[in-house]
Amino acid sequence: MNVRLLDIAHARSGDKGDTANVGLIALKPKWYPILERYVTRDAVAEHFKGSIDGPVVRFELPNLNALNFLLHGALDGGGTLSLKTDAQGKVFSTALLRMVISVPDDEARKSSLPSSDAQK
Amino acid sequence: MKEVVRVAGGQGFWGDSLEAPRQQAEGGPIDYLMLDYLAEVTMSILQKQKERDPSMGYARDFVGAIESVLPAVVDRGVRVIANAGGVNPPACAAAIRKLAESKGVGGKIRIGVVTGDDLLGRIDELIADGHSLANMETGEPLSTIRDRVLSANAYIGSTPIVEALSRDANIVITGRSTDTALTMAPLRYEFGWSATDWNHLAAGIIAGHIIECGAQCSGGNCLYDWRSIPDLANVGYPIAEAKADGTFVITKHAGTGGRVSVPSVSEQLVYEMGDPHEYITPDVVADFTTIHLEQEGPDRVRVSGIQGRPSTDKLKVSIAYRAGFKAVGTLVYSWPDALEKAQLADKVLRERLERLGLHFDHILTEFVGASATHGVLASRNPVTTDYPEVQLRFGVRGNDRAAVERFTREIAPLVLNGPPSVTGFAGGRPKVEEIVAYWPALVDKSVVTTKVEIL
Repeated sequence: MNVRLLDIAHARSGDKGDTANVGLIALKPKWYPILERYVTRDAVAEHFKGSIDGPVVRFELPNLNALNFLLHGALDGGGTLSLKTDAQGKVFSTALLRMVISVPDDEARKSSLPSSDAQK
Repeated sequence: MKEVVRVAGGQGFWGDSLEAPRQQAEGGPIDYLMLDYLAEVTMSILQKQKERDPSMGYARDFVGAIESVLPAVVDRGVRVIANAGGVNPPACAAAIRKLAESKGVGGKIRIGVVTGDDLLGRIDELIADGHSLANMETGEPLSTIRDRVLSANAYIGSTPIVEALSRDANIVITGRSTDTALTMAPLRYEFGWSATDWNHLAAGIIAGHIIECGAQCSGGNCLYDWRSIPDLANVGYPIAEAKADGTFVITKHAGTGGRVSVPSVSEQLVYEMGDPHEYITPDVVADFTTIHLEQEGPDRVRVSGIQGRPSTDKLKVSIAYRAGFKAVGTLVYSWPDALEKAQLADKVLRERLERLGLHFDHILTEFVGASATHGVLASRNPVTTDYPEVQLRFGVRGNDRAAVERFTREIAPLVLNGPPSVTGFAGGRPKVEEIVAYWPALVDKSVVTTKVEIL
């Protein structure tokens, strides 16, 4: 089953130099393990391919049902150097929520995940 | 010892709500009003102002903020802690002293002024002594930009603020204190936490991280269930109600809008987060993976379990330097085929700049309405291509001011000599901006000596 992150998580993003960070938080605590399992560093790097120049790093905060991603080379130089509308990475949060993950059907049903298949 | 100490956040950056400090001081009981004015770029702006006028270089909004909370400070004993001093804390203090005298309350105001963070005049001495001030991210030595440095300030911690409070200051003004120290210092002072009480210091730092961005933890910019957040027009700024055991509750004054919830606080906790295991400050290394949040009641989130570790022997230094010029121009193209028209305008503009022999370090084109914020994630599978309008946003950056200046003359002509259905140029020519960039470095703690004066 395909699941859109927007339907199972919320997020906030910010900047540090040319790096954007995205904190991804499960909408329900029971969905945190799904995020941990399927929103991998590699999957996020693939999602942002073409949008960022550097590597992706992931940290886990199970206490907050959250993952933190560092997206290096995301901000066109960052800070005052950047020519981007989003020079401070404020909406990389919602850009990550566009991501769709594929979860095996029985696991998705067990966790009552909302499917995005009908929307596609 | 007080059982509960209330620290209210009344300013998240220089430019935040002018009403918030007074609302925090008057809206209910608080002990401390914490005002954070400084961002990385702010220090360099202030340094430029100080170069023009030696009595400037601090956040001038602070004078109005203090005026608006004077009754609370004078009559009810609310104490104010702010990094409003920028690159000139003594001048900021003098302005506040003058204000207090003019209001006839000079005898009731004791201003604590924290200095010592400003390293601008010591750069060459530090380099000569073997402190390379290399860029933390790229490793480049400071010599590559030495002649373009505008300001250099070490991020300092809670100790001098605690000293000012213990000397009975009721307004404490610092320069480049860390944002979080402004909240942790009064807790450390009130509860007598020692400089090695790592878990409690970490708790104070995390309380500071939560409230340092003003309403961003109490319903502002909150994505979770955003439609249901009440009365943002009257949004309540946050208050940390802390106890000596290192636990605290994030809340806001009764009768205000917004919402303090586990999701709203969680969003703020992950904001600008690096490695959550080590949130490094001059006072302590805080571990964000130890934080426990619990909704204790409406608009009350209890925070507990926080652990910290010994701080490092370094301080971060924020160095600002001149890094060329930039300008951004925009034009709006309308339906039909708005995106295609904007794309053609981009092509035409690039060709004209080429013909003029103008070269830039960087050119960036964005199509606002189609893909400016989410880039290829939006344009790869667009929901529609039938945009009602698209804004062409075209930016250039380079060291040659004249070239950037010349570029700004090339936007308006497109209205008559470029693709059709164009509007939205009423703002006139783009402005050329000097870029002040940011150079993060580290320095040994031992070389920075802070000083507290009572004025």
